[in-house]
Amino acid sequence: MVSTDLNENFAASGRDAALRRFTRGDSRFRLLTQLAAFLVVLIFVGIIITLFIGAEPAIKAFGWGFFTSSVWNPVTEKFGAFPLIYGTLVTSALAMIVAVPVGIGIAIFLTELCPRQLKRPIGIAVELLAGIPSIIYGIWGFFIFVPFFQTTIEPWLIGIFANIPILQDMFAGPPYGIGIFTAALILSIMILPFISAVTRDVFATVPPILKEAAYGLGCTTWEVMWRIVLPYSRGGVVGGAMLALGRALGETMAVTFVVGNAHHINMSLLAPGTTISATVANEFAEALGDLYIPALIYAGLILFIITFLVLAAAQLMLRSLDQRSGGGSK
Amino acid sequence: MKPFVNRLIGIAAGIAVACAATSTLAADITGAGATFPAPIYVKWAEDYKAKTGIGLNYQAIGSGGGIQQIKNKTVDFGASDKPLAPGELAAAGLTQFPTVIGGVVPVINVPGIKAGEMVLDGATLANICLGKVAFWDDASIKKLNPGLNLPHLAIATVHRADGSGTNFIFTNYLSKMSPQWGSQVGAATSVEWPSGVGAKGNEGVAGNVKQTVGALGYVEFAYAVQNNIAYVRMINHDGVAVAPTAAAFQAASAKTDWVHSADFYVVLTNQAGHDAWPIAGATFILVYKHPQDPARVKQVLSFYKWAYANGGPAAEKLTYVPLPQSTVDAIFKSWHDNIDAAAVP
Repeated sequence: MVSTDLNENFAASGRDAALRRFTRGDSRFRLLTQLAAFLVVLIFVGIIITLFIGAEPAIKAFGWGFFTSSVWNPVTEKFGAFPLIYGTLVTSALAMIVAVPVGIGIAIFLTELCPRQLKRPIGIAVELLAGIPSIIYGIWGFFIFVPFFQTTIEPWLIGIFANIPILQDMFAGPPYGIGIFTAALILSIMILPFISAVTRDVFATVPPILKEAAYGLGCTTWEVMWRIVLPYSRGGVVGGAMLALGRALGETMAVTFVVGNAHHINMSLLAPGTTISATVANEFAEALGDLYIPALIYAGLILFIITFLVLAAAQLMLRSLDQRSGGGSK
Repeated sequence: MKPFVNRLIGIAAGIAVACAATSTLAADITGAGATFPAPIYVKWAEDYKAKTGIGLNYQAIGSGGGIQQIKNKTVDFGASDKPLAPGELAAAGLTQFPTVIGGVVPVINVPGIKAGEMVLDGATLANICLGKVAFWDDASIKKLNPGLNLPHLAIATVHRADGSGTNFIFTNYLSKMSPQWGSQVGAATSVEWPSGVGAKGNEGVAGNVKQTVGALGYVEFAYAVQNNIAYVRMINHDGVAVAPTAAAFQAASAKTDWVHSADFYVVLTNQAGHDAWPIAGATFILVYKHPQDPARVKQVLSFYKWAYANGGPAAEKLTYVPLPQSTVDAIFKSWHDNIDAAAVP
């Protein structure tokens, strides 16, 4: 008994020490994770402040007119970002129009329809596509895609829309091969794997019992996808699409290669244009003068705000969707 | 907040230069600036080091960056494709001198037309770039090329999307040849292009012209040679159609009165001379007239003195054009006249 007493005494003091050690370790761990979390906020705020300070001369000089002016003249130091904003939004929107249906289609095929032997190779191919550096897309787009586009697709598009109002203006002009439309298509290929990879993963989380029940009731594959799988995994699908949109808005290298880098707005989608990120990347190194660099930073600030607004809109959309469905979906 | 931006650039470039500088010997010359002459500066530096043991550390960060760095005194010399105006030089206490000549060559991609077959003049070139001449079978082009079978094909102009000395030389030429270009667009390292497609760097423009049927662009001579693109012959100041060759670039410099032009502030566009190529330009070095450390500037000048005497073949191999002897003599004279004696070799 003596020995157990001793043991208990020893254990009690040892437990105290161990407990103290654990609490200390715990609080240290919490502090570290807190620091990491605050660091993100700090960096975020820091970037915004730096952008504002850097852009200040341009904000003072051009004000809100910067958003609506189409002049980009380094000689007279008059700058307006409207063509840049227009190009950024139009290329990204077109890319989403192409990539979202195709991306979701790939995910549906992979989770529901694909023979087992094909599942892995196609899945890996999609993931590899996401890993290709954007410069490769740029080079490939410029040397392979653009000549094909210029000699084949664009003349055909111009031809078939030649006498249709509105469409004939949207697909007009000499086929350069490079332009807003080409940039949007390259972007859509780049963001496709993001959409399909994320969508496939969230489709896989749909409980088989729901799908089996639906099939049991006599639903077609289309009905199961449209009424069961998509509503259940809506949040993930929208999340994947927004991730893709974020990448499309900020994509620089590949777009610079194929967008045409012209500070003009043209009704025709085949005409060359530019985006915010392409302009900054092209012109920053050799920008001379008092307002040129601030104007580029101002444009960067606008891109930052656009991206922020897109993500905020996505959050709002998700919340309203959740409310309407009574919080049933994840 | 201009100082902030300047400091930002200064710090960034300064770090780059400092990092590079510390990795080499302290006695090495440091310079930063234009990308266009970087290959020949590096080649000369290699040969010079083999001879003298003194190395040159050249950072090709762009003309704008080079001007910024020499003003911040973080390098021994700055390099710029665009000469600084005498007023700006005086304000900063700097002097400049040219090193090699480069030519800008219009290149085209028109089916059936080979290198040197098409002839253009400055006014037509400006009108094409303004978008006023939109097709290859325009009357103004036909008039210059009566023998050519020109297709009814839209002209797709390709220009530099980034700021560059090439842009400066090209737009300076167009401004001289077309009053409308001068007033509407002007001459600078970046301008507001009235039409066409932008591409990054000489290689980007060369690539775009090769890819696009109907394209017209402009590149530095070396890129026209290496990429085997169809170049255009230009009608020069004396009314002669010349092809872009090393001799034609040299001719553009030969009759130039460097000696009497303040601070070598000369752009070699539309120069007189029977054989002169009209779109040429020198690239420049910037140093302080009254340097804080004369010994280092002396090393810079010694390096270029050596290069003027011995660097010609290397320059020609890399398709740069060495300066004619008369110009080199004028440079030596300007060193003696402008720079502290302790810094002149």
